[in-house]
Amino acid sequence: MDRFLFLTFGGLSTGAVYAAFALALVLIWRAARVVNFAQGAMAVATAYVGYAVASATGSYWVGLGAAVLAGLLLGALVERVLMRFVGHANPLNEVIVALGLVLLIQAVLGMVFGNGYRPAAAPFDTDALTLGGVAALSPYDLWVLGAVLVVVVLLALLFTRTPIGLRMRAAAFAPEVSRLLGVDVSRMLTLGWALAAAVGALAGMLVVPTGLGLHPHAMDLVFVVAFTAAVVGGLDSPAGAVVGGLLVGLILSYVTGYLGPDTTPLAVLVLLLAVLLVRPGGLFSSARARHV
Amino acid sequence: MTGVLEVEAVSAGYGPVPVLRDVTFAVPAGTIAAVLGANGAGKTTLLRTLSGLLRPAGGRVRFDGADLRGVRVERLVRRGLAHVPEGRGVVAELTVEENLRLGGLWRSDRADARRAQDEVYELFPALARRRRHAGHQLSGGERQMLALGRALIARPRLLLLDEPSLGLAPKVTAQIMALLRRLCDDRGLTVLLVEQNVRSALSVADQGVVMSLGRVVTAAPAARLRDDDQLRHAYLGF
Ligand SMILES: Nc1ncnc2c1ncn2[C@@H]1O[C@H](COP(=O)(O)OP(=O)(O)OP(=O)(O)O)[C@@H](O)[C@H]1O
Ligand SMILES: [Mg+2]
Repeated sequence: MDRFLFLTFGGLSTGAVYAAFALALVLIWRAARVVNFAQGAMAVATAYVGYAVASATGSYWVGLGAAVLAGLLLGALVERVLMRFVGHANPLNEVIVALGLVLLIQAVLGMVFGNGYRPAAAPFDTDALTLGGVAALSPYDLWVLGAVLVVVVLLALLFTRTPIGLRMRAAAFAPEVSRLLGVDVSRMLTLGWALAAAVGALAGMLVVPTGLGLHPHAMDLVFVVAFTAAVVGGLDSPAGAVVGGLLVGLILSYVTGYLGPDTTPLAVLVLLLAVLLVRPGGLFSSARARHV
Repeated sequence: MTGVLEVEAVSAGYGPVPVLRDVTFAVPAGTIAAVLGANGAGKTTLLRTLSGLLRPAGGRVRFDGADLRGVRVERLVRRGLAHVPEGRGVVAELTVEENLRLGGLWRSDRADARRAQDEVYELFPALARRRRHAGHQLSGGERQMLALGRALIARPRLLLLDEPSLGLAPKVTAQIMALLRRLCDDRGLTVLLVEQNVRSALSVADQGVVMSLGRVVTAAPAARLRDDDQLRHAYLGF
């Protein structure tokens, strides 16, 4: 029982990171109908920036801010100079360009920072506190959960309560009508990418200290898991991304805990296939028709 | 502040073959021009070209004397031009209220945008009852009301309407036509009205612009098109 609780807490904490990462994927999917396969590599790049700034200034928090800022800029840049010019005629186009971007980012990171593994310090203790004899969450887990919660709430407020959020939603759903109503759709698209990459940067900063460390391929598996989480929740649903992230985090924690870490990648694959076969739209897919 | 629209020798299309050829006509400020023609005549294409969604291959579009070529679509509403597109003008995922708010977001006069929104609810009580409903939950007629109401929130000087009566009950159509007439007479609104419902369009319009196969075949006072049997028969087929 203690072990089950321990795995549950651990699963929620890693699940929160997957949730944030899946949210970043969903944001771009909703804004541009693109699955950003470069999300992982972009997050690693911003985490390198974050840790470089953190070690230069001696403050993790300044580094975190720098990483998020770098995410905003990188996201905007990728959309402005790359994705904007990719034709939509074939859905594979964007995938291929994104995969090219992954190679590019990883090569640049290798050249600038080296391909070696760098340990990344956590801002809080990562040892679990014991509550009533049960090993529960660590202070770092609490920080992760809190940070993701704040981001989710802020995004929800942004999209439902602010004029810019209304513009972004309208631009994504009905670009032509939005333009006729004075919305700068192209700017909203850039903003969507920037926002998503910033969320990805935060997720990267949160996940790197949990034993991953910093190296150009640090996010490869995280990306696949987060993609699975996004598909589980439904690519169209921000709420689905959060639930999907937590759910996948829990499942993987149990699988790793009871069956051993070697089975984790297999479990991810099985989960992804199962969702695609049983409910391809995701758990939160809405059946309503767009073209009425 | 006038609102005169001048279309000069405009040609436009979707590929190498032009749909519109040498389209020329003018709509004086504060008047209604009805654009009539069979399916596929190019009416929708004309409106899309005027609002910049389609780049004209040639010719000129002037609004209040200023050339509209090169003005970005999203800037046009700030210049006083509103376009209610054919069929799917409502953002299905947003609520009625959000659709209306969207129409006034660009305005710096927040108070007046608010007022305009209340006016729309007054004008179409059906919308007021469905504020929180999503666009896809509305009936066809309610969608038309919403799309038109949303355009009015911009307080446009030139309104491009693509088949506003589609799916509306005759009573609501008559109400909308009367509203357009009132806005023209009271506020100097200029309207370009694409309609299949020829009778109701000609009953409210000052001018009829008849299109066929992408060309303007005649532009005449609405009263003449309505009352001159020969003219009506030749161009409108009834
Ligand atoms: N997106 C498009 N791509 C290619 N051709 C098009 C496109 N839209 C319209 N056309 C063609 O342009 C011509 C004019 O179409 P348009 O939609 O302007 O007609 P319309 O007068 O509005 O007809 P309706 O009364 O049926 O709405 C038609 O021959 C049509 O096939
Ligand atoms: Mg049409």
